[in-house]
Amino acid sequence: MKLLPRPKAAPACETCPLFPREWLLEEGKWDYLVALAGNPNTGKSTIFNALTGLRQHVGNWPGKTVARAEGGFSFGGKRYKVVDLPGTYSLLTMSQEEEIARDFLLFGRPDAVIVVVDATALERNLNLTLQVLEITSRVVVALNLMDEARRRGIRVNPRALSRELGVPVVPTVARTGKGLRRLLETVEGVIEGRIATHPRRIPLDPELEKAVQTLVPLLLEAFPGLPHARWIALRLLDGDPSIRRAVETGELARLVPEPVP
Amino acid sequence: MKPEAKRILETADALRRTLPEDFRDRLVESLYAEAEAITRRVVHLEGDPLSWEERIDRIVTHPLWGLPLMVLGLAVIFWITIVGANYPSELLAAVLFAIEDLGSRAFAALHVPAILTDFLWHGVYRGLAWVVSVMLPPMAIFFPIFTILEDLGYLPRVAFNMDWLFKKAGAHGKQALTMAMGFGCNAAGVVATRIIESPRERLIAILTNNFVPCNGRWPLLIMLGSLFFAAVVPPRFRSLAATGAVLGAVLVGVFFTFLVSWLLSRTLLRGEPSAFTLELPPYRRPNVLRILYTSFIDRTVKILWRAVYMAAPAGGLIWILANVQVGSRSLVQILAGWLQPLGHLIGLDGMILLAYIVAIPANEIVIPTLIMGYTGARTMVELESLEALRHLLVDQQGWTLLTAVSLMLFAVLHNPCSTTILTIWKETGSKRWAAVGTFLPLAVAFATTFVVATLWRLLGGG
Repeated sequence: MKLLPRPKAAPACETCPLFPREWLLEEGKWDYLVALAGNPNTGKSTIFNALTGLRQHVGNWPGKTVARAEGGFSFGGKRYKVVDLPGTYSLLTMSQEEEIARDFLLFGRPDAVIVVVDATALERNLNLTLQVLEITSRVVVALNLMDEARRRGIRVNPRALSRELGVPVVPTVARTGKGLRRLLETVEGVIEGRIATHPRRIPLDPELEKAVQTLVPLLLEAFPGLPHARWIALRLLDGDPSIRRAVETGELARLVPEPVP
Repeated sequence: MKPEAKRILETADALRRTLPEDFRDRLVESLYAEAEAITRRVVHLEGDPLSWEERIDRIVTHPLWGLPLMVLGLAVIFWITIVGANYPSELLAAVLFAIEDLGSRAFAALHVPAILTDFLWHGVYRGLAWVVSVMLPPMAIFFPIFTILEDLGYLPRVAFNMDWLFKKAGAHGKQALTMAMGFGCNAAGVVATRIIESPRERLIAILTNNFVPCNGRWPLLIMLGSLFFAAVVPPRFRSLAATGAVLGAVLVGVFFTFLVSWLLSRTLLRGEPSAFTLELPPYRRPNVLRILYTSFIDRTVKILWRAVYMAAPAGGLIWILANVQVGSRSLVQILAGWLQPLGHLIGLDGMILLAYIVAIPANEIVIPTLIMGYTGARTMVELESLEALRHLLVDQQGWTLLTAVSLMLFAVLHNPCSTTILTIWKETGSKRWAAVGTFLPLAVAFATTFVVATLWRLLGGG
């Protein structure tokens, strides 16, 4: 293992408001991109450190005062890039942290997202998880702090949770590294399509649903093949400035997957 | 911008207007309901996993009792302060005025010119003595209690309890925290608004911070509460009446915070309140040393010092104004005379307004300035106790209950001190907003006291 070299020059997209995956370090030197999301104090960074060891780079999100960590590891013959997103309770407010996490989940186009969940405070953590599921379906939930939950008499049933959410759930104890191997196998399975996911989506109010239904065709007309159109429509209805900007500048087209050659 | 993009954004904006106003809340609520339902199905609890902190939080952030409990707590703090400050205040006054006596006699024995003795001992020193004896005891009781609550981690719970009120007013829930800072010092409260990310809501928090009384204004409120409201009830209810008066003044300030926030968010600063997540941090055992340091050194001593060095020159100035005669009247009488009609209109008098003008640099010096203004000429009474002060204000200057009510309202609502105004200017980078932050409260203060005084007189009060 060696430390990643510092980037020689600022990447081309240092000033762009959204965070596309091309902006990450060592573009082309990894096969899969994984994002780590979760509430603060759930052991997210412990998992990040356990996965990447010393292969990590710590800096700031461009133009923001929020710390950013990215790192790498190899598993099953593939090279992974991991981005540790800021710890947040939600993805809906205008705070810097939530904006970053939200934009990266969308524009960073991660191949999979690990949502680290605190088993001792499941309800609060599920709020964020459900919001991540609105954006992307390639999600694996790491049910962390299982030892602590057991000690406090809180029994969480991972299989039932997985059924409820429609994505795989892996119990972990990040402090001891327990469950991390299974976590990675599951992530690999989701990325390579061996594990199918059917994420639970929140039913919307009829008026809101109608507004979304009006907006989605317009988005698809302007950006054919656009993924996550529903979420983008919701964000536009909410007046999210960075999504508005992406529509204005046409940057939203980046989200459209390139045809497989 | 491409025409398709323009069409998308315009459609989104048009659609947003057709949605119910609270669609964001409903979205979040259905999200929370879903999270709760899932949790109920997948989590099995053995025994009671609630920690003692969660149990306390259930009580202090209860949807119904949370807020009343908070107000009750505030009332208890005021009561302890008022009851506890009484005796040491009189003791201090007795000691300090005995020193004034000794000092002036010593000067006389040394054949110092009478005018200098008067200026130094009866002008400057008396001002200082007043500040110390009236302000020190309440501060030395109030601040440590307040600091303990801060240190325990109660303030985030306050923000939690008041969030819905701020949201109704179109403001940010974190404004409760900046308000709590304002109880200490409004300039600090204005700086603390940096925690609010939306510029619109931050401006609302800045412009309304002044409606919570800062340290410098507490002594005046407590003094008036003890002097006037305690006097109109039977002796055994005195401290309760005083507490009620101070609490009432604070609640009026809080009420105006909401009212003005609401008005601003519907006129000058239109917009939606933004959502935020607030985690209730664990309770901490208060650190005794830190509390002693913060409450005595950081708050009491510094504020007292500020009052002292601002009061000394103000005392000097007032003494000169009171002793320079133009014709048969002193300058102070002439200036106060000019302000008298305006003062009377709002239930006060010219001298009080003059004191407020002199006290623009620091609210702490309103009381000493006022007393010096009233007694500054040579025919002055010895003021060794609250009773003597009452005698001066009521019997000699004709203060009534209306004067006290108006003055308390004015003290809570009037313009911020010069430090706070400068801070608003620095934080907003705009002289215009600094002006709004100065004159808006002043206008509110004049309007409120005018209405109260007019109604009071119409209804036959004093």
